[in-house]
Amino acid sequence: MRSRTAAFALGLIAALTLSGCGEPDFTEAEKAMIASLSLSALPPLPADPTNRYADLPAAAAFGATLFFEQRLSRDGNVSCATCHIIDRQFQDDRPLAIGVATTNRRTMPLAGVARSPWFFWDGRKDSLWSQALGPLEDAREHAGNRTAYAHFIEKEFADRYERIFGPLPDLSGLPENAGPLGTEAEKAAWKGMRGEQRASIDRVFANLGKAIAAFERSIVHEPTRFDRFADAVAAGRDPEGEAAFSDEEIQGLKLFIGKANCVTCHNGPRFTDDHFHNTGVPAVKELPEDSGRETAVAQVAADPFNCLGAFRDGGEEACGELRFMVKSGDALKRAYKTPSLRGAATRPPYMHSGQIATLDDVMDHYNTVPASTRGTTELHPLGLSERERAALIAFLKTLAE
Amino acid sequence: METHLTAIWRYAAAALVVVLIAAGGMMAMHGSSAPPADLDLSRSKATEKGVFLASVEPEAGSFKQGELHSWVLTVKKPDGTPVEDATIAVDGGMPDHNHGLPTSPQATAHLGEGRYRVEGVKFNMGGWWVLRFAISSPAGDDEAVFNLTL
Ligand SMILES: [Cu+2]
Repeated sequence: MRSRTAAFALGLIAALTLSGCGEPDFTEAEKAMIASLSLSALPPLPADPTNRYADLPAAAAFGATLFFEQRLSRDGNVSCATCHIIDRQFQDDRPLAIGVATTNRRTMPLAGVARSPWFFWDGRKDSLWSQALGPLEDAREHAGNRTAYAHFIEKEFADRYERIFGPLPDLSGLPENAGPLGTEAEKAAWKGMRGEQRASIDRVFANLGKAIAAFERSIVHEPTRFDRFADAVAAGRDPEGEAAFSDEEIQGLKLFIGKANCVTCHNGPRFTDDHFHNTGVPAVKELPEDSGRETAVAQVAADPFNCLGAFRDGGEEACGELRFMVKSGDALKRAYKTPSLRGAATRPPYMHSGQIATLDDVMDHYNTVPASTRGTTELHPLGLSERERAALIAFLKTLAE
Repeated sequence: METHLTAIWRYAAAALVVVLIAAGGMMAMHGSSAPPADLDLSRSKATEKGVFLASVEPEAGSFKQGELHSWVLTVKKPDGTPVEDATIAVDGGMPDHNHGLPTSPQATAHLGEGRYRVEGVKFNMGGWWVLRFAISSPAGDDEAVFNLTL
């Protein structure tokens, strides 16, 4: 019974290959799949009940200011926008992000980010507002600390902050530089503060994340040639003008949703299943051991700014992803989040540490399937011909124009 | 006995994957996700050893791929009496893809009349999924296995 299915599939592939795949004659199943990938299939952005400021315009405007504010860093030179470059899809084209120092990971683009259940490549944050806090006190990114940020907000933005979040706490007498993740001196200063002082600073810090998240909710995917093509196909119209696909692009799309099985993980209008997969991407020798999701589950579970912590707004029912998170197992080893493929063709390099330089090299990776350095790759070799690889790349480009 | 059944199921799933890979070497990233044509898709059935009757339904009536949602599992004795005191463990995955569930669903509440809410279910890709419920109660221990196709 299984072999009959496989034989049928093989026959289908042979037929497609022989017929040249030129005509945009899709099966009903293919049409439904193509429609499911269009931006038109994207539901409205859900509310974020864990951030009561998420849809407040004043919070989004304040968040935009903070996003571009270089003084929110140790050396005064790093803002969110340093790596999330606004006219580069909010990423930086580098294999590894560089803030105050070089990090271990590729900067992620931000379009549609508010729809993710998990943040960073490994999902070590479970909300957009909590994610925004991570880089602010990472020694390689903004490298700042919590009391320094609170003092800065009081000095420069007290009015804007207080109009949104209410009165700032009394900061007089608090250390200029203190935080639980900073230098030894900053950690000692943080420990020297009273519990309620630390809690009031944490509240200010969380609110900065909530403002930045409110801004980031406005960063969305723009429709592409693929969307115009898909909407025509879904409506039973012939795609016209630039929306019409070449034979090669159609072959690439059919491979994407068919034989190459890309759509298994790169599914839905954002081309991601929002989950973590080991695809055997090679480790970078110069970097410390990186086990991806395996390490991140403990980090997010212990994070005071996670959904089950004291800084969440609304009820615990919004915390399902964290409450029902898979916490162990081989599948977590070197598993990283499926990235969206929208715009990917014009933002090399690829993978979580920029290991793969070009789309052609990505095709090599999926064709040859190296063993994972830890855990087991989920891939099986694709065996794509040169022509098929080119077709897939041609299709990916339609998602970036 | 429960582990025995699980082992057989795993062996069967692994065998299917091997057949699939051998037959379609170029079918990458998981191979074909077309489930067997005669797959039992019933949502109400006797458990594996016949200790219970089990049925499942999405709590909201339907669900969407990629969204976290809840199911309701109803457990009865073969004579139709609701089982009120069961302990339930949830497991599952994609036999064709050789992976488990993307989340760890849990039975979080007994809603009465043998109905149990199972929270935290998510299906992150299309294809053939299996949901397995290990049910323990003073009436016995058994397992219910349901197939779903997305
Ligand atoms: Cu799967």
